[in-house]
Amino acid sequence: MTALEAMVSLEERARLVRRYALEATARTRASHVGSALSAADLLVAIYFAAMRDAVDGPLGDHCILSKGHAAVALYAVLRQRDLISEGDLDHFYENGSRLAGHPEPGVPGVVFGSGSLGHGLSVANGLALGKRLAGSEGHTWVVMSDGECEEGSTWEAAMFAARHELARVTAVIDRNGMQGMGDTDAVMALEPLAEKWHAFGWRTVEVDGHDLAAICAVVRPSADVCGPPTAVIARTVKGRGVSFMEGDNDWHYRSANPGELARALADLEPGVA
Amino acid sequence: MRNALIDELTMLAEADPRVVLIVNDVGFSVVEGFQARHTDRFINAGVAEANMIGMAAGLALTGHRVFVYAIAPFTTYRVIEQIRLDLCRSRLPVTLVGLGGGFTYGQLGTTHHATEDIAMLRALPNMQVLAPCDAFEARSLMPHLGTGDGPVYLRLEKAGEIAVHASKPDVAPGRGVRVRWGADVTLVACGTMVQVALAAAERLASQGVDAGVISAVSIKPLDSVLLDELRARPVVTVEEHSVIGGLGGALAEAAADAGAPAPRLRIGVPDRYAEVGGDQAYLRSLMGLTPEGIAERVASVFERAA
Repeated sequence: MTALEAMVSLEERARLVRRYALEATARTRASHVGSALSAADLLVAIYFAAMRDAVDGPLGDHCILSKGHAAVALYAVLRQRDLISEGDLDHFYENGSRLAGHPEPGVPGVVFGSGSLGHGLSVANGLALGKRLAGSEGHTWVVMSDGECEEGSTWEAAMFAARHELARVTAVIDRNGMQGMGDTDAVMALEPLAEKWHAFGWRTVEVDGHDLAAICAVVRPSADVCGPPTAVIARTVKGRGVSFMEGDNDWHYRSANPGELARALADLEPGVA
Repeated sequence: MRNALIDELTMLAEADPRVVLIVNDVGFSVVEGFQARHTDRFINAGVAEANMIGMAAGLALTGHRVFVYAIAPFTTYRVIEQIRLDLCRSRLPVTLVGLGGGFTYGQLGTTHHATEDIAMLRALPNMQVLAPCDAFEARSLMPHLGTGDGPVYLRLEKAGEIAVHASKPDVAPGRGVRVRWGADVTLVACGTMVQVALAAAERLASQGVDAGVISAVSIKPLDSVLLDELRARPVVTVEEHSVIGGLGGALAEAAADAGAPAPRLRIGVPDRYAEVGGDQAYLRSLMGLTPEGIAERVASVFERAA
């Protein structure tokens, strides 16, 4: 990160991520804007406060957006890290674009492509093991959806990380309480979610997933080589930042029409409109 | 084949610190040597194959040369999406070692039969599919495992098979080997069906049919020599795998694309489950995959042609 980049506040970064998510999904009529708004603060905290510039490369710090449907938020973050260009952002979701609706491997900054839920944590396990075998201090973060905790493979990965004491894995669960077709509670018995992760051998912390300072405090890279991995249950609001999208699950699939987009952007940046 | 592979891997791990061996809670009396010598690079992933494949991908992303060792159905059918997205899409050089190809573990029932594995993995971009016929072929393939631009499915059977070769043959991805010359017809086989095809060729010889045999160790990429063979004489494919999508399917597709004559017969497991237990010899017999059964079908083609 350059000195100039470091001067931009995390709040401003998160606002830029939300702005891009709204505009890009409105322009392309892509789904999942609610999911992107939900995860925006989590990604900003990990990418701009936790990941270390000096710990890079195949054995360095990595973040996997395992809830790949929030890809627009990730792309906006990668743009702010100068890993992809403004031109890349302009072509999101278009024919031939490398920025698809879910992140493909090969996009700079995307160590692992995602989009099918329940893969990211297993890959993080391998990354963390590989880094430890090679003597690297690299840490691995995984941003997951709460619906993703319905995948059996999530719990396979959870058991493995605990058994192998992968202290340098942090799973951040975007607990907005909603999934494609409704409230998570109405679909599957996810709760008590924090207790589940704890019972699987994870150090478990709960945090307000829109309080950037609070998130930063719980996603720091681990100094310990071995020990329990960390699960952060981030209490979030789907559609966060846009009053008429917050808590309305229609925005899992809908995108804003021009009038809605104008209202949403005004919501996001009061005083700018 | 199984023991040869682990021997080779144990030696390879001495020379190459990137080698990691992962099992899904199998390998009793086979993997202990590796485990003892390379403790930190031996991982029992437990009975959790989805995590096993994703974890293998993560290790490969950090530059490790990863071998996954499991009974074939559990490192193919069970995890087909992990293979597709975690390994193939990212072109990661992970080697999936599937034990018990075909009916090797016949008595254990349908869960442990691997008779559609080649078809499933062959369809995935960036994946290579190799099925050696004996330990010499398996050893010849070692330098090609985990060094290419994508994953490899190495389809093995088990230990104690009869050697077809007397020394390591020159086989590789894209290159099989002729093990018997015959002017009238060529049996193109893979895995230990090569032995069965050789026995069938003997029977055919006694009936006046001069049959050759090719060990088609590389099913993907397919050996281009096989297209020349199709143009030269009738070809019959022989495999302990479904007649759909395996070696015979691959060769038929390649023939169509090249405008070459199609294989005259595709001998394999008919499109059905065994539905009964039984050892490998019994189930081969049930499916017509014996020297007698193969010779009879090949001979009948010649009779019709005559």
